Formats: sequence, structure tokens, C-alpha cells
Amino acid sequence: MAFEKLVFYMLAAILVFAATRVITVRNPVHAALHLVLAFFTCAGLWLLLEAEFLAITLVLVYVGAVMVLFLFVVMMLDINTAPLREGFMRYLPVGLTVAALMILEMYLVLRSKYFDAESMPAPARHAADYSNTRELGSVLYTDYVYAFEIASVILVVAIIAAIALTLRKRPETKTQNPAEQVKVRSADRVRLVKMEAETKD
Amino acid sequence: MTETTSLIDWIITGGIILAKILIIVVPLMLCVAYLTYAERKIIGYMQLRIGPNRVGPRGWLQPIADAVKLMFKEVIIPAKSNHYLFVIAPTLVIGPALAAWAVIPFDDGLVLADVDASLLYILALTSVGVYGVIIAGWASNSKYAFISAMRSAAQIVSYEIAMGFALVGVLMAAGSINLGDIVLAQQGSVLHWYWLPLLPLFVIYFISGVAETNRAPFDVAEGESEIVAGFHVEYSGMAFAVFFLAEYANMILIATLAALLFMGGWLSPFEGIPLLEPMFDWVPGMLWLIAKTALFLFFFLWFRATFPRYRYDQIMRLGWKVFIPLTIIWLVIEGAAVVGGLGPWFD
Repeated sequence: MAFEKLVFYMLAAILVFAATRVITVRNPVHAALHLVLAFFTCAGLWLLLEAEFLAITLVLVYVGAVMVLFLFVVMMLDINTAPLREGFMRYLPVGLTVAALMILEMYLVLRSKYFDAESMPAPARHAADYSNTRELGSVLYTDYVYAFEIASVILVVAIIAAIALTLRKRPETKTQNPAEQVKVRSADRVRLVKMEAETKD
Repeated sequence: MTETTSLIDWIITGGIILAKILIIVVPLMLCVAYLTYAERKIIGYMQLRIGPNRVGPRGWLQPIADAVKLMFKEVIIPAKSNHYLFVIAPTLVIGPALAAWAVIPFDDGLVLADVDASLLYILALTSVGVYGVIIAGWASNSKYAFISAMRSAAQIVSYEIAMGFALVGVLMAAGSINLGDIVLAQQGSVLHWYWLPLLPLFVIYFISGVAETNRAPFDVAEGESEIVAGFHVEYSGMAFAVFFLAEYANMILIATLAALLFMGGWLSPFEGIPLLEPMFDWVPGMLWLIAKTALFLFFFLWFRATFPRYRYDQIMRLGWKVFIPLTIIWLVIEGAAVVGGLGPWFD
């Protein structure tokens, strides 16, 4: 038990540190990398909660896919941070309002009688052969099947929209058609011409 | 009193786990070393050369000599690079490559960490390895390294999708994402192994694995006959060797996974054959796994000696326009087979 606590505090400290660095470092690439670290430690915390499927999926999806593409964009952009800083005072009131709202919400959640330790007891521990993945799958495809399907439809629409927005015909670019390349026969490319040998006279 | 005993318990458990990790990692590193030797020898013979034969009898000590040479070389850190990330990048490549071995079962129940979602764990870790590539290219502060990092990262990310879909086919067939259970679900005979019902996925998985590890014919990131090297062009000495180690450890990992997922892992190939099965009963399962892994590793080397390098747009086309649609189609067919209870695999 004590060991678990130790691990929790270590991961939590790293998480808070990484999350703070995301918004304080100047270099956007460093910020993105700290965000990766934050996701990774967050997955560690979820593992402590015995949610191994969600933890591994977090690493797979956010660390392995989303943040890689994010890093791609951030690295290729030449971001000048000076103009970004100019707007700081202008956006400060908005930022402070949002921050105050979030603090208020967290206060309400943490202090309300519905969420305190008595009304929200820790869930019972499961045996070692308990399969997190199986339980999640069976709930997702029975009780929450409509929410699941609607979410997938929205994602498909988003994919199609993204492709439709970026797909454009550009007649000036030259592309190869592999099907045509495969179909080619030697007769299409080379014409052998029979010629009489020239003589000197 | 209880405090101290629990502390001692921790130390003992930690020590046992550490010993187990060493038992896996040390042979793995030796395998990596001798895989480089095997590669040079096999490609040598395929090209009617002898290959390394100077150090030790028949050149057996060549990988050791190479390792010693690399260790004593100077590690040059470019002055204008991002020093911190430059040093951390090789670690980010080798870390996931080694950590993935924690869930590989070498025999029935012989596994370091019997995680329930072990296949997912491997997918997650292999996708983390790409960070080392990106960071190495970016931290070098060289446009060649950076462009190459972009190329190879795009390639790795693209083929990960096809690979993931191929693995979805395996877990649909086995009804589990635990590697040990997947192997046990293939029991019966050679024809029960998943290479037969999932043949297209098997082929796609292995080709994606070759692309994932940046090996020939998909090694545009390195392409030693056209460009010097890829994202690790600024690295030297041991820092470069770590990238090299990770690439070979990943090759062995892909080969082992192919053996586990599609070729019955530690199961004997003579299972279900009347006379041969009792004859080969004494062979430990681990040996079968090693033999199958070695076969796939040989394919890696054979590909390198045989196929010309793909052009970059051809690589991308193959991954996105051929493999991903094919896997999706085969998943639908497989789904129908699973629902219909097609024997002897899905009943």
C-alpha cells in the first residue's frame, strides 16, 4: 500500500511539473514534448487505478498518434513567439475569468456532499483474472451502443470533411498511375526496326 | 517490525524482477550483436562474397570487435544542437524497443509480466518509439537530419495503421488480446495456426513490420547508397550504436511477434501428426519459438539482399492505398467467418 502511495506521488509530481512546463516554456517543441510526458505519466496514474485498457489506449492514441502529428506541425512551423506575447495583457481578463470559473467548479465538486469520501467509497478491488478490456467492451456495445455509434458517425463525417476540404485537382502536377505502369508491354515502349546493313560503295 | 520485513520483501521482489529483466535483455543484446554478423555473412554469401572472416575463427568475434570500436569512439555533440534532447533521443528509441519484451511469452506461462492487454501494450510501445526518431532529427539542428526524420516518422506512423489493423484480425480470431492466449488459441496443427485463415493479414503484418523498422526495401531513411544516413546523421560513437541496437532489437521483436501471432509461437509444428508428434515431444517450446523467429529474421536479411529500394511515394502508396483497404476487407470477411463459425479456426 505504501509503495503504491509512493508511486502515486512520484507520478503526480512529474505530471504537475510537466503540465506546468507545457505553458511556461518558450519553445513550442519543448512544450509539446512536455505534453507528451504529461500524457505518459497520466497513463501511469490510470494504471494505478487498475484501468489498464484505458491507460494503454491513452498512450497508443494520444502519445503514439495525436502528439506525433502535433509535433510534426509544431516543428515545421516557424513560430515567432514575440507577437504571441504582445496580446498577453489584452487576454488576461478573459483568462482570469476562465481560471476563476474552473477553480469554482473544482471547489464545488470537491466540497459538495455528493462527492466526498463517504458518498463515494473506493471501488472494490477485482481479482487478478478480471479483464478490464472485456468489461469495457461489453458495456460499450450494450448499454452505450447508441453513444458509441453516434461518436463513430461523427468521426467518419470529420474524416470525410477533412479529406473533402484538402482534396483538389491540380492538373499541373505529374503523378504516375501504377496500374498503367504494370500493364505496359515491351511492344508499347520499344519498336524494333529492321534495317539493311550499309555498304561502303 | 512489519515495516522492515515489508521493506526486505520489496527488495527481494525487486531483485527477482531485475534478475528476470537481465535474463531477457542480455541474451537479446547478444542476439542483436550476432544478427549483425548473420546479416553480413548471409548477404555476403547471397552476393558470392565471404563476408567478415578476419576477427576470430570464421569472423565470429566481429560483432564484439565492432561493439568495442564503437564504445571507444568519441561521441560528438554538435555545438548548435539542442544538447539535452540530442542525448535523450537514443534513449527514447531503445527504451520502448526493450520494454516491449516484458510481455513476450517464451513458453506456456514463461513471461515476465503477464499483462491482460499485452498485445495492446506492444502496439502502444512501438508507437512511442517514433519520438526518438523525430527528436533526434530535430535536436540535431541539421536540415538533412530533420527532413529525414520527417520522412521516416511519416513512414512509421503510416505503416503502424496497417499493422494495427492486421493485429485486430488476430485478436478477433483469438478472442483475446493476451499474447499467451492467442498462441494457445492456435493449438491443433500447423493448419490451425493463424497464417492460413489470416494469410493476407499475415503478409501485410510482416511487410508493415519491415517498413516499421526502416529496413530494406523500405529503408529510405538510411539509404546508404544514395544519402549518408537519415535522422541519425549527426550521431557518432555509442550514441549512433544505440540507434543501431534499437533497430535490430525491433527487428527481432517484429519477427518474434510474427511467430507468436501467426505461426503458433512455442507450439510444435508436428502437432496432430501421428508419428512425428511423439518423436519431437522432447523439444522445449522455446526452441520452436526461437526457430520460427530465426526464420523470420532470415526473411528480413533475404529481403535486403533481394529487393531494390522503394521510392518514397511508392512506399506511401503501398501503405495507405493498398494495405489499409486490404486489411479492412479481410476484417469484414473474417468477421463473417467468426459469426458463421467457420471451422477449424473459428468454431
